[in-house]
Amino acid sequence: MPDLLLELFSEEIPARMQKRASEDLSRLVGEGLTEAGCTFDRVEAHATPRRLVLSIEGLPASQPDVREERKGPRTDAPEKAIEGFLRSAGVTLEQCEEQVDKKKGAYYVALIETKGRPTEAIIAELVPEVIRKFPWPKSMRWGTGTLRWVRPLHSILCLFGGQVVEFEVDGISSCDHTFGHRFMSNGEPIVVSGFEDYGMQLETSFVMLEPETRAAVIAEQAASLAAQGRLELIEDAALTQETAGLVEWPVVLMGGFDESFLALPSEVIITSIKSHQKCFSLRDPQTGKLANRFMLVSNLLAVDRGDKIVQGNERVIAARLSDAKFFWDRDLKMSLEDRLPALKNITFHARLGTQAERVERIVSLAGEMAERMGVDVAVAQKAARLCKTDLVSGMVGEFPELQGLMGSYYAKAEGLETDVADALATHYKPQGPSDEVPTNKVAQTVALADKLDTLACFWAIGETPTGSKDPFALRRAALGVIRIILEGDLKLPLLQILKPHLAGPLERRIEAEPGYVKQLIAKYLDDDADGAKAEENWDKGRREECLAREVVGVSANLLEFFADRMKVYLRDLGARHDLIDAVFSLGDQDDLLKIVRRVDALGIFLDSEDGQNLLAGYKRAANILAAEEKKGTKVETEVDEKLFDGSEEEAMFAALKTAENDGVVAVSEENFEGAMAALAQLRAPVDAFFDAVMVNAEDEKVRANRLALLGRIRAATLQVADFSKISG
Amino acid sequence: MPVPSTMASNTATPSVSLDPQRSFQGLILTLHNYWAAYGALILQPYDMEVGAGTFHPATTLRSVGPRPWKAAYVQPSRRPSDGRYGENPNRLQHYYQYQVLLKPSPSDLQDLYLGSLYEIGIDPDNHDIRFVEDDWESPTLGAWGLGWEVWCDGMEVSQFTYFQQVGGFDCNPVSGELTYGLERLAMYVQEVDNVYDLNFNGGEGADRVSYGEVFLQAEQEYSRFNFEHANTEALLRHFEDAEAECAALLKAGETGQGIHLMGLPAYDQCIKASHIFNLLDARGVISVTERQSYILRVRDLSKACAEAWLQTAGGGADETSTPEEEPGNG
Repeated sequence: MPDLLLELFSEEIPARMQKRASEDLSRLVGEGLTEAGCTFDRVEAHATPRRLVLSIEGLPASQPDVREERKGPRTDAPEKAIEGFLRSAGVTLEQCEEQVDKKKGAYYVALIETKGRPTEAIIAELVPEVIRKFPWPKSMRWGTGTLRWVRPLHSILCLFGGQVVEFEVDGISSCDHTFGHRFMSNGEPIVVSGFEDYGMQLETSFVMLEPETRAAVIAEQAASLAAQGRLELIEDAALTQETAGLVEWPVVLMGGFDESFLALPSEVIITSIKSHQKCFSLRDPQTGKLANRFMLVSNLLAVDRGDKIVQGNERVIAARLSDAKFFWDRDLKMSLEDRLPALKNITFHARLGTQAERVERIVSLAGEMAERMGVDVAVAQKAARLCKTDLVSGMVGEFPELQGLMGSYYAKAEGLETDVADALATHYKPQGPSDEVPTNKVAQTVALADKLDTLACFWAIGETPTGSKDPFALRRAALGVIRIILEGDLKLPLLQILKPHLAGPLERRIEAEPGYVKQLIAKYLDDDADGAKAEENWDKGRREECLAREVVGVSANLLEFFADRMKVYLRDLGARHDLIDAVFSLGDQDDLLKIVRRVDALGIFLDSEDGQNLLAGYKRAANILAAEEKKGTKVETEVDEKLFDGSEEEAMFAALKTAENDGVVAVSEENFEGAMAALAQLRAPVDAFFDAVMVNAEDEKVRANRLALLGRIRAATLQVADFSKISG
Repeated sequence: MPVPSTMASNTATPSVSLDPQRSFQGLILTLHNYWAAYGALILQPYDMEVGAGTFHPATTLRSVGPRPWKAAYVQPSRRPSDGRYGENPNRLQHYYQYQVLLKPSPSDLQDLYLGSLYEIGIDPDNHDIRFVEDDWESPTLGAWGLGWEVWCDGMEVSQFTYFQQVGGFDCNPVSGELTYGLERLAMYVQEVDNVYDLNFNGGEGADRVSYGEVFLQAEQEYSRFNFEHANTEALLRHFEDAEAECAALLKAGETGQGIHLMGLPAYDQCIKASHIFNLLDARGVISVTERQSYILRVRDLSKACAEAWLQTAGGGADETSTPEEEPGNG
């Protein structure tokens, strides 16, 4: 079984594209071969900065032969028809056989045998096509050619069974040789015979073919160098990956920088040498503090063992750090408060105004939240006012990923309250399901205000997430709100908070978008009976009414979004989704903490024997009621005690009244365990009722009264949850 | 007027070196010699304020159209917002770029480029030279290309770009553009940490002239100008003027016969508008929203200029269309 070896040798492929490209190459060639009937045993693909490599083992020498039978005309058909058939099938009469059909009689069947083409020929067609259509995220032309590749493609090594598969792509002919390391090899072509030979020869020409090997070598060398210096590497898997994509022969070296730079915030140093220089930072394991050392990954085993390379990198890093220091020193000269005017020059979103306007909204929302949460309103509003000021600092301009953090450093430096500094640092959190939630009360206030404002604003302009598209990370914002509220044990009625906050952005939209006004008119205003058109009603002062109704509609829609995110969140925590539905189904649930407490209490209750039995009783009652309601029977809400026949009915009615009363009190106190306990009292009377009483009585009135009793069971349970959503 | 004899006789020949590792000007001369030997035209800087060597018509305009081109030149470049009052060891608001444009890009362009590094004394056995992804885009020029920044021991010493589009037109053939940051490269090979300590002339002792002696004062003065004193109202007016002049020249140069008569002067105004925009940006008077609209305005100019250029001899107009002869005009 012959093997295929393919190498596409080019100028330097961007590190971030290599992995995906090797996977694409493997997939496209693999699929092409499989479709052609050439299946194989094993495939592996690799990438280095200068090459994509594919090895496929165990291919057949040719496609399988295909035998096809094609029905032709009757044997006694006119000669012309038979000739035409033979021509179209490409066979002679001798290659046909006669078959007999009861209806049709004797007719010809052409036996067409197609010999499988040599796999080599398939490859010679397939590979050029894959190259021409390769899905690079960005590709280019070069010289006078028309071929597109990620960077100029120089040679194509293609061997099948050790022989060159001949083809040409835009003037590049396939061949049997490759090249070694750009600087460490002698630069001569390396003729190879197969994959194993290829790998071995590359190794001796200073190319480590597998990215995993390069990453492992980097990690290993870095760890051992760090240990030699009695330091600890600050690990960074993404950086290891990236550097592995920048070198064919990794050699890790260690350098240092002036101790005085350690006065900069450590995040600034780490980010600066990582994002600009792709170098690793180190810390002192004794103190946990950042060390004035760094590690670089070079692509070369230098003759001087890397002295010049280290010196060079040290110089660049010193320059980078002094640039960072310039920003730091300059930023410190200006107070955060003084940066506020500059926010007027930054657009937050074309349809939502500037960052300054956004901050104003966040401040007002933070004030309201602070009051509800018992936080010092002045401090919360101060933190909110300053929370975006670092966006116009030099450092964040240079390193956007340091937003928030820099604000807190500057706040501390100018002696602002610790709470304010904390809020600036953490108000973007949590950034995802595993990120931590702010614990400081002021920070929680600002973080909630920031996220709720973002959600309200994008809902106001109708930019809501659809399917996989969520360009403004609104799902993340909603999840953030949910986590801050629940993990912080905060009681906040979201609807009450959101409604007034929606009016502003909606007003703005009405002012700016005539199309939106038309939508509102169509949605809320009709032509009057006296002939006034809907548009005129808008002008006649019904604008406010439309706005009010829109606020209600948009906030309800946003709350639904919260409900969805909440379900996802609770489900991830292991809550039963039917219980979540049972609680949400009650409607108008905007107190997230209350929802969770209800779900928890419901879960515990249903795990008890009382709960299970009551649920069974509820189901029985609900089924009977559903059947009746389907027939059009109206179930009364009032029960007439005079129509009772026997103690079971009396007992159940008495229990219902108690349970209803206790339930209402418990729910109003948000004592959901109490509400469940009240329901639990129903279990015995309900069981007894179903054992002894026949709902379907002869007497119409008695029957209706008994249905009304069942209705009360349903109503009683509805105080705590919609039991109809509960499964089991 | 005869040269006073004292000047000729009393001045001893100064001891200066043209070794690119010891002299900033020696570095430039080495690159000139290298690329001249390759067959490139050695051109002079464009006589206008530009943000990068790319703005020189020998790059922007020559990269558009079918005609082959090989040129190399030094271009003084101004980036007002990079000024640091002379206090940063390697940020300058005025610096030199060495620019090479080869059209079509030769297949051994990387090797040619590396050859130039070896020529200035960068020894590949002891230095880590890397091609790191850096896609180039100039929104104001309506241009983009793919390539790398070239790192030498972590220092970005050059930009290497295969132009794909310029002035909104597909480049066909594709030009290869090499841009060397001369100060950085010189700092590297001279092994100095502060740009102002560079040896400019390769002289020793009393004959030594540093980069700081030539440019430190200018950096301080221009930083003040760029960040604090440039008259923004006047600049806003100048921007409008350049924009209007560009449009007027483009219109005046039209012949209606596929030939344009004033693509080059029109392009000068586009360069001017672009530089004024950079100054306004450094003064911090352009908001983010406005910024985009200024960029688009300059881009409109550069696209129109590229379009005009294509209708000139340099842009290959005489190859693609022969002027039609009017009947009866013979």
